[in-house]
Amino acid sequence: MLSIKLYIAQRLTAMLMAPLVLLHLGVMIYAIQGGLSSGEILGRTQGSFFWGLIYGLFVVALSIHAAIGLRVVIYEWLGVTGARLNWITTAIVILLLGLGSKAVYAVVMS
Amino acid sequence: MANKGKTIKVLLSRGDNSNSALKEYEVPAKESQTVLDVVTWIQRNLEPDLSYRFACRVGMCGSCAMTVNGKPRWTCRTHVSKVMDGDTITIEPLRNMPIIKDLACDLNEFFEKWTKAKGHFVPTKTRDDSVQIISPKEKSRREANAGIECINCGVCYASCDVVENDASYLGPAALNRAWTLVNDVRDGGRIERLKAVTGDGGCQSCHSQQGCTTYCPNTLNPTRSIAGLKKAAAIATLKGEM
Ligand code: SF4
Ligand code: SF4
Ligand code: FES
Repeated sequence: MLSIKLYIAQRLTAMLMAPLVLLHLGVMIYAIQGGLSSGEILGRTQGSFFWGLIYGLFVVALSIHAAIGLRVVIYEWLGVTGARLNWITTAIVILLLGLGSKAVYAVVMS
Repeated sequence: MANKGKTIKVLLSRGDNSNSALKEYEVPAKESQTVLDVVTWIQRNLEPDLSYRFACRVGMCGSCAMTVNGKPRWTCRTHVSKVMDGDTITIEPLRNMPIIKDLACDLNEFFEKWTKAKGHFVPTKTRDDSVQIISPKEKSRREANAGIECINCGVCYASCDVVENDASYLGPAALNRAWTLVNDVRDGGRIERLKAVTGDGGCQSCHSQQGCTTYCPNTLNPTRSIAGLKKAAAIATLKGEM
């Protein structure tokens, strides 16, 4: 069960993620030139408002996008509908938001 | 004749929803023989009670569609020689529809979904108005024309995995029809129709894998029509029109 509003949310979050993924990949390629160390990465991200914002946005967009995608799979393959499907979707958003923000916190704030 | 004395092995589905099985027949091979010719030969010579549908035999009416060697096809215009699997041909009813008997499916739900998708024209003029002039070059008219040659055969519907997994999904044919009307400048039901095609099982459920487009015998592109609907509906929703 995919409403048009969820459909729109999934497309908008995809549009948001596309450039962020490219940026992420670009920085990865740049970062591994001359070896990869956690110190170097943390040196760039720690206390950085910019990277906090970028990865924070990414986590929010991804959590919404992935949860809607999984919702469709769960509906079509397992036949779950109605309130249960809504609860499962919300739980996936919360789970992904939790895991994602923990990671962002770790590289930016700690 | 090159085919004189030759036969083909035909596996044909007999029975109904609760109990169907493939039965083997031997049918004389003929030149330019269609799958419908094969089914008709069996019905006339071996199985008088075999149920199947056809009418025009020239690809106009859309009633003869069946599953041939696993793929949905219009049988009156499918040559046996083009779809043979070795020396065997397997003929079954269309997928995604209840079987009434043998090769005849129940298309009620298929057509009910056309109604649900508001696949009918909503006039905006009366007989007293003059005829509206529409250039065939207009973008909206070209969009409508691209999808208008549907013969309601159900081939796309039978090939769609979303139809299989989601009973409420309106399916490629009904949505393609809705798209032709959304592009018809004479039609007055645009917003109502966009609402109808974005409810449960609406256009947003399409996965765009293009099974429908691969098999449509009239080479229509329902996937493209559905993408058009998704975009039009999303824009109308964001604008608060629906
Ligand atoms: S493109 Fe959409 S309508 Fe066509 S077969 Fe795939 S899911 Fe079904
Ligand atoms: S869109 Fe093509 S495959 Fe589908 S019902 Fe119409 S003619 Fe048949
Ligand atoms: S019999 Fe009419 S389309 Fe095949």
